[in-house]
Amino acid sequence: MEKDVFVVADNVLSPIGKTTIENFDQLKKNISGVKEQNNPAISPKPFFASLFNEGDIDIEPGRTKFEQLLIDSIADALQNSGIDPTDKKTILIISSTKGNVSLLETEEHTPKLERRIALSTSSQLIAEHFGFANTPIVISNACISGVMGIITGMRLLRTERYENAVVAGADVISSFILSGFESFQALSPQVCKPFDKSRDGLNLGEGAATIILSTNEIYAGNIKALGGSISNDANHISGPSRTGQELSFAIDQSLKEAGLSADDIDFISAHGTATPYNDEMEAKAINLSELRSIPLNSLKGYYGHTLGAAGLIESVISIQSLKEGLLLPTPGYKESGVTQSVNVVKDIKPIQAKTFLKTASGFGGCNAAVIFGK
Amino acid sequence: MLAENHIISSCIIERGTVFKDGSMLFENKEVDLAEFLLSVYQHFQLNYPKFYKMDNLSKLGWLASEVLLKDSFQKDQYQPEVVGLVLANRNSSLDNDFKYFESAKEIASPSLFVYTLPNIVIGEICIRNNFKGEHGFYIQDQFDASFIVGQANYLLDNNILKACICGWVDVLVQDYKATLYLVEKKSTDSSKPFSIKNINSIFETI
Repeated sequence: MEKDVFVVADNVLSPIGKTTIENFDQLKKNISGVKEQNNPAISPKPFFASLFNEGDIDIEPGRTKFEQLLIDSIADALQNSGIDPTDKKTILIISSTKGNVSLLETEEHTPKLERRIALSTSSQLIAEHFGFANTPIVISNACISGVMGIITGMRLLRTERYENAVVAGADVISSFILSGFESFQALSPQVCKPFDKSRDGLNLGEGAATIILSTNEIYAGNIKALGGSISNDANHISGPSRTGQELSFAIDQSLKEAGLSADDIDFISAHGTATPYNDEMEAKAINLSELRSIPLNSLKGYYGHTLGAAGLIESVISIQSLKEGLLLPTPGYKESGVTQSVNVVKDIKPIQAKTFLKTASGFGGCNAAVIFGK
Repeated sequence: MLAENHIISSCIIERGTVFKDGSMLFENKEVDLAEFLLSVYQHFQLNYPKFYKMDNLSKLGWLASEVLLKDSFQKDQYQPEVVGLVLANRNSSLDNDFKYFESAKEIASPSLFVYTLPNIVIGEICIRNNFKGEHGFYIQDQFDASFIVGQANYLLDNNILKACICGWVDVLVQDYKATLYLVEKKSTDSSKPFSIKNINSIFETI
């Protein structure tokens, strides 16, 4: 019998709040972090994104903003959790797409810089700060990194190699990342509109999130991570599958692992980046998995696309939705703009929900799905 | 106790040489990395136009996968969803990050930007072979054999995968190393048990 994996504690650190509760309270008021930004260090032109203001994060000497975000997020999640990072049975997992890449915009290219940018340097610094006994696991798998972190943690706990997993993710937006998405013409010139008829691209966002998982039975009664799966489109490195079949496969595998059927899912937290291709592919996958009538939201209109943190931020917020019985809407959505029917939530509403599905997809043709439930 | 998994084949590309299953198949030491990678492509008479647009990390990993799988793997025996990859490296996509950033000072190129993610090499191998299963890219300061064996065994033992390509693909300027292992649930005459000891000893062949 496989062990249950419980959610012990969590955190979201974003431009609209420093804790999960602070974030959720802002979302209940329909407050979004996405707005027009004028930051010449990132882009010569104004752009829409969800970014921290200068001074929001108190960066200690020797650390970068990326590392400070992770430290603050992990510290808040660990606080009063009863989880001991110095315990051999606790593993730290860090997810990020680009970590400290912004350093190469300002620093001279030397071997020292190469080491400083490396994600293992950041993860080691963070692990040392908290005194983690084990070397952290670092995941960099495009925009599914956050969901992959959760799945990796869940599996490591099921093998009984560890008892607790602290899964954290973060990304910071700099000119490197913004110019790249701009070169793909993937950025919306306004607040993004997931699944909408007039959707015209994504907003970028920065943030961090942490989920602490444990198989310790003292947490029985908490929400559980029930199943997860990853797949590849094997189609194109920068465009999603034409059929949605591969994401659908990951969804079906997650359901199987969770011992659930499509009817058991109460809502879906979609990737919903608001690019024409992503949302279309996701709608197809959701239909193939017989989930078309299940209420679905995308939080990208609140947070932008937070890259390696996205899967974690959106999972934590959705866990809070389960706890508070409140289903959040999809800001920006008015009228369906995908060819397959999906039940996009327009307004916040009470829901009696036991389980939700979180999906994610990214460059390299990667897809991920994870299911949480009571 | 779960059934043991097996290393069906291995491939190392490092320091101007290409090794398969412990034997050197190609050597070309006096050239830079880009030229060396092209010479490997030509030597093995590969015909895949997408190769030319890849960054060096993807070229290296893709070439290693071609050598690894040739004559050692029958694609059609498995469904696409049960073949996957577990890869790791030290420098993520930093080699191409520098190149992208330099180019973006003039005009940002989407075809360079897409390679600023380490998992794109997995995508390239999946596209080539129509592999659609589980995969993951991990960043490690040093090759962590125990982690790689743990991850691949989990996927195989839980029947999530039937075949797993795992290993290390790292490039930074002129430093590079790829070591890939093809691991399956069944053994062959020449296979070795998929153990930490065996993969470490193959990793250090050269």
